[in-house]
Amino acid sequence: MFAAETLTGPSIPWFTLSPLLALLIGACVLMLGGSLLPQWPRGLYGIVTALSAATSIVLCFFLWDNLSDGRPETIIGDALAFDHFAVLGTISICVAVLLASLTTSDYLVREGEDGPELFVLYLSAAIGGIVMVAAQDLIVLFLGLETLSLALYVLAASNRRREESQEAGLKYFILGGFSSAFFLYGIALIYGATKHTNLGRIMETLSSQQAFPRNDVLLLAGVGLLLVGLAFKVAAVPFQVWTPDVYQGAPTPVTSFMASAGKTAAFAALLRVSVTALESRVDDWRPVVWVLAVLSLVVGSVLAVTQTNVKRMLAYSSISHAGFILLGVEAASHTGSASAADGIASAMTYLLLYTVLVIGTFTIVGLVAGRGDSASNLTDFRGLGRRRPALALALTVFLLAQAGMPLTSGFVAKFGVIRAAVETSSYAIAIIAMLASVIGAFLYLRIMVSAWMEDAEGQDAAPPVPFLSGLAVTAAVAFTLVVGIVPGWLLDATRQVITLAGR
Amino acid sequence: MAAAVVPTTTWYLILAAALFAIGMTGVLVRRNPLIMFMCIELMLNAVNLTFVALATELTDINGQTAVFFVLVVAAAEVVVGLGIIVSIMRRRQQATADDLAALKG
Repeated sequence: MFAAETLTGPSIPWFTLSPLLALLIGACVLMLGGSLLPQWPRGLYGIVTALSAATSIVLCFFLWDNLSDGRPETIIGDALAFDHFAVLGTISICVAVLLASLTTSDYLVREGEDGPELFVLYLSAAIGGIVMVAAQDLIVLFLGLETLSLALYVLAASNRRREESQEAGLKYFILGGFSSAFFLYGIALIYGATKHTNLGRIMETLSSQQAFPRNDVLLLAGVGLLLVGLAFKVAAVPFQVWTPDVYQGAPTPVTSFMASAGKTAAFAALLRVSVTALESRVDDWRPVVWVLAVLSLVVGSVLAVTQTNVKRMLAYSSISHAGFILLGVEAASHTGSASAADGIASAMTYLLLYTVLVIGTFTIVGLVAGRGDSASNLTDFRGLGRRRPALALALTVFLLAQAGMPLTSGFVAKFGVIRAAVETSSYAIAIIAMLASVIGAFLYLRIMVSAWMEDAEGQDAAPPVPFLSGLAVTAAVAFTLVVGIVPGWLLDATRQVITLAGR
Repeated sequence: MAAAVVPTTTWYLILAAALFAIGMTGVLVRRNPLIMFMCIELMLNAVNLTFVALATELTDINGQTAVFFVLVVAAAEVVVGLGIIVSIMRRRQQATADDLAALKG
């Protein structure tokens, strides 16, 4: 039936895959070099990781240019999509690797550890994330998701001396595995209803009305389970229970990576699957996204205010940010209207800007928390303005941006998604989002008040700021302000992500 | 003798759904990390059964190959999961999920 000579492999466009390969080569070099050669000089592991991420970003720019000339397409037998959407997601994830590897380097020095393992895990998680961003087939998406998740479980548990880190790793693992099973069951049922796992073919099958009644049940159950699985990964309420524990327990640089790369990959996958494959069923999944968005916005903002640990606060704030991004997804679901595409563009822009913001914030929290990430309570931030004015200033910029102040990138991000929601006439959700951002602002102000206006008692030691972390924070502040003040270039560029491959 | 009952695809789907539900309940109810982990594996295998049953009905090979990917992923999960569980168990004997409560708020 399948004679060997009739099988022809798909052609593989190597240059299109080059950002992925750059990360893979970096990971192999670190892994082999780290184990075969004697101890590398301190910080070199981090530099190699940062270099391979930077290479990947540069390659992405070339790919972006190439794409602007041609049309989006699917590659390797329709397994991956190659479009602006995928390239922008790749850039976001590589930026996360770049910044996180710089801060992790200093973190390892502070904890008195060394070794390439964390960096290899960052790179392999990024590879998984990039596959998710580009996946054009549900099985490929699942493989990318697992590559990302498995690396993140180990990263969360990576500090063997701290029990909190181990606990975070285990909790993340159990709940992550649980959600992956839901996700996979969803894939199986969608396969049963449509006979395909490829997003493009699923779309064709569904729009040509071939599905008959029993399959409709399978399909709806499948879509529901798929959404549950992805909602776990993006930490949308009511699937957010793991987030505060894991964000608090994991080593701070790892938390920053998780909050940025993990969220980007999962949201990109959610957008691509729902907008491409389930396009003809928007009426079925839009209410689900609507509810998830509203719950995330409200619960995230309100619970954040009640916390006393800054890492937990930021975890809840990341839940509320997930609500904002879901706003973009919701807007993208109004496929009939002309401005639905704005939803896709604004959600992806949000993810890129949030990546930089969240890594910057968590880096400062990690610096203040000191050895063993032990001092991350709100009280530990008292007097930071006097002890380290520059650090407190950078923290203020990040927090204002997260709150959505004008002249920062956070404003650009929030304005984008809310405008997309308003243009698609989703007024209710837009108003809820604005209220949630007011409640959220209170949380960020609390941290700022603690840093600037309260006195430190017995904490006169200024937290040291190592060079690489300082560099990462400076770059993040610069990006936040530049995008906030002149956002035009970025918005013009991201307006191109709306054409998804295979649509 | 009664006529032989021929199981249809629906039977397999219902069996798989039952297994999935058992695994899900197990994760939610049991407190031992190892058992919780085994329940997750049960859920994944229930999905495998679903894939095979559907692939047979649709006479399509893709569902069967998906199972291989799932098996590989499940094996990788075992490696990572047992690693994390062992490193916690080494620190404290008889860890249950309730003992792990340093993180809350």
